[in-house]
Amino acid sequence: MTGVLKRVGFLLGLPAVLFALWWTASAGSTDFYFPPLSRILESLVDEWFGPRLMDDVVPSLLRLAAGYLVAAVVGITLGVLIGTYKRLRDFLEPVLEFFRAIPPPVIVPILMLVFGIENTMKIVVIAFGCMWPILLNTAEGVRAVDSTQSETARVYRITGFARLRYLVLPSASPQIAAGLRQGLSVAIILMVISELFAASDGLGFAIVQAQRSFAIPEMWAGMIMLGLLGFLLSLLFRLVESRWLAWYHGLRKAQKAG
Amino acid sequence: MLEVNGVKKVYEGKSRTVEAVRNLTFTLGQGEFTCLVGPSGSGKTTLLKIMSGLLDPTEGEVLMEGKRVDGPPPGMAIVFQEYGRSLFPWMSIRDNVELPLKQKKVPAARRKELVDESLSAVGLADVHSAYPWQLSGGMQQRVAIARAIAYEPHVLLMDEPFAAVDAQTRADLEDLVRDLWHRYKMTVLFVTHDIDESVYLGQRVIILSSSPTVVREDLAIDLPDERDQLNTRGSARFNELRAQVYSQIHRPREEAVEAPSRDAGATSLAKQG
Amino acid sequence: MTVPTTTTSAEPGAVAAGAQPSTGRSRRPRASSPVLLGLLGLAALVVLFEVLPRIGVLPRRFFPTSSEIGSALVDQLGQPDFWAALLDTIQGWALGLAIASVAGVVLGIVIGSSHLLRELTASTIEFLRPIPSVALIPLAVLLFGTSIESKLLLVVYAAFWQMLIQVLYGVQDVDPVAQDTARAYRFGFLARVRYVTWPTALPYVMTGLRLSAAVALILAVTAELVIGNPGIGNRLAVAQSSGAIATSYALVVVAGLLGVVVNLAARFVERRALSWHPSQRGEVAL
Repeated sequence: MTGVLKRVGFLLGLPAVLFALWWTASAGSTDFYFPPLSRILESLVDEWFGPRLMDDVVPSLLRLAAGYLVAAVVGITLGVLIGTYKRLRDFLEPVLEFFRAIPPPVIVPILMLVFGIENTMKIVVIAFGCMWPILLNTAEGVRAVDSTQSETARVYRITGFARLRYLVLPSASPQIAAGLRQGLSVAIILMVISELFAASDGLGFAIVQAQRSFAIPEMWAGMIMLGLLGFLLSLLFRLVESRWLAWYHGLRKAQKAG
Repeated sequence: MLEVNGVKKVYEGKSRTVEAVRNLTFTLGQGEFTCLVGPSGSGKTTLLKIMSGLLDPTEGEVLMEGKRVDGPPPGMAIVFQEYGRSLFPWMSIRDNVELPLKQKKVPAARRKELVDESLSAVGLADVHSAYPWQLSGGMQQRVAIARAIAYEPHVLLMDEPFAAVDAQTRADLEDLVRDLWHRYKMTVLFVTHDIDESVYLGQRVIILSSSPTVVREDLAIDLPDERDQLNTRGSARFNELRAQVYSQIHRPREEAVEAPSRDAGATSLAKQG
Repeated sequence: MTVPTTTTSAEPGAVAAGAQPSTGRSRRPRASSPVLLGLLGLAALVVLFEVLPRIGVLPRRFFPTSSEIGSALVDQLGQPDFWAALLDTIQGWALGLAIASVAGVVLGIVIGSSHLLRELTASTIEFLRPIPSVALIPLAVLLFGTSIESKLLLVVYAAFWQMLIQVLYGVQDVDPVAQDTARAYRFGFLARVRYVTWPTALPYVMTGLRLSAAVALILAVTAELVIGNPGIGNRLAVAQSSGAIATSYALVVVAGLLGVVVNLAARFVERRALSWHPSQRGEVAL
């Protein structure tokens, strides 16, 4: 029982202390930029979990999901092709290195030209930006399929689609997951940025709107909301990943113990 | 059944050329249990890969049931030394054994039968849903053997399958392989660098030279068919055969003394082989 | 990340066939080297961007040709303003990266060396790390406007976590036996850090540096683009809003090249710093 208490203490101790500090330090604050935490939380509940949830948060999340999904499908498909064919990889490597190195936000102005400022632009921005880590990690994982496993598949005449499904994709899945994880944080950044330039709804839009109209508690609340979203999405990703890659984590543990 | 005709393999690297296998010719009879023994680095793995169609020979050919091997033929199974890398860690043991059967389009009912039977034949009737990495090394190799057996191969190739397991497990697995061979009557080629193991297991031992490889001797093992770890290994005949294999493997390269150049020496060796 | 080897056969066949398929299986000589193919790939990209807008597959209005982008780029290279902007970007990147790295390494070693501190801070770190740094943009604007501090706030926040996490992993990787040995010989805390912790953690620090460097560049450009700090990003925003399309593309190319240089430099530093190290280990899965 004390073990559980101790774990909870470690888990919540520091966050509780920090929260209490912020609360008391800001309680009587008259500083315009640093309003009392109570005001911020009020605004968080009233606004962000109120009307803005449907008006701003949900549209943002839908665009995020759409862009991320497109990036995952395209990135994994191309990654498998590039990882499989050495010539193709040699041919495309410098080009891919270049595209990967472009800081994703700089494509926003360009894509705004092409796709306007509507949903399409935002989804394309998210997809284009977070595709590269997914693609490159997938290619790396596919390339690194173990030689003995590969020979085993050949001996038992597991070829073509079956080879992809039973050997290549599972074997590359830890790297694919790593790419998806990197891609997710890029996607969140791009979700916000794509809404900063020109938009009529969305989290990024609403936060900047609040800042420009000096609705400071609301701005702080929006930042907290964004932080919560980032945290929850990464938690969700970890949950999915730990189930999807249960075999991999087990294997690693077994190898470490042995 | 399986014929190896004048097989030669040369690896061409950027800076140097390595002749791994010089000239090998031998035949495995139907249902025969043959051991291939040679010192480390004698191109045994290369030979096995050529025989299984994983690697093309530079010269010569391999025939299986009269057909030229130019890719892994149906009806052949391999057990690799690296069991940890040969099994798919993302699949349960059952799925690992079943996957090749699915590819072979075996009907589901028959698949289930084969998987159950082969897993219990290797003594793993109760761990179907575990993952390979949850088992010990010896048990993982049993899974790999079960996968090979379930495939109902005509020819079973084993590449130093027990080199990475401890001595006791190794003895158990050796007896297991003899049992399975009796039961399923397939042609077995067992590659090893362990002299005792080759004599204990085989009806016949093919002794290879070090690389570039040729056949040193093809030795019939006239031990009784019923073998056990204690009596067989303790018998006088076992020790004689063992000594004979040993002396062949450790025989100095007298050819190299005759001819000062390495190439010339190797040529005479090839003639002899 | 790959499933590691249990045993490796020492035979030449296994090596040549497994590890280097290029020497093992290919019988005909290679028609073209990887480098040549790669250059060909780059050339193909340039040609595609020249031809597709010309024949109208890509709308000319939005897609300038390679030659137009090229001449816009040359034009930029001749302007002192461009070089000033480039310098601004590099300055913000380097300063932010330096602050984040030092903070990440120091805090990482302090927290990582104490079991209690690690347990206490774990949940807070796990909560703060995934918060997207762009969430700080409004605050940065309010507090600092377009001065370099607002850019630094974003860059440092983003790069710091990458570094901290890697260092924490690295410190935990220290062999307990080595740690006990050092203690048995009565090494003080600083001596233990110097001779035991730091050498073990160094590969992780280098990985952290490489990841941080890339993230720092992204955030530096983002700040310029969104907040309006002087730099390449701001120049791009201005070019775009004034309809100078070819120039916009040229500046994206510059940003990309800057990214390539940062990646190459980070890899170079990593290799130099670890050339002595027995294990050039891969990234830690985060």
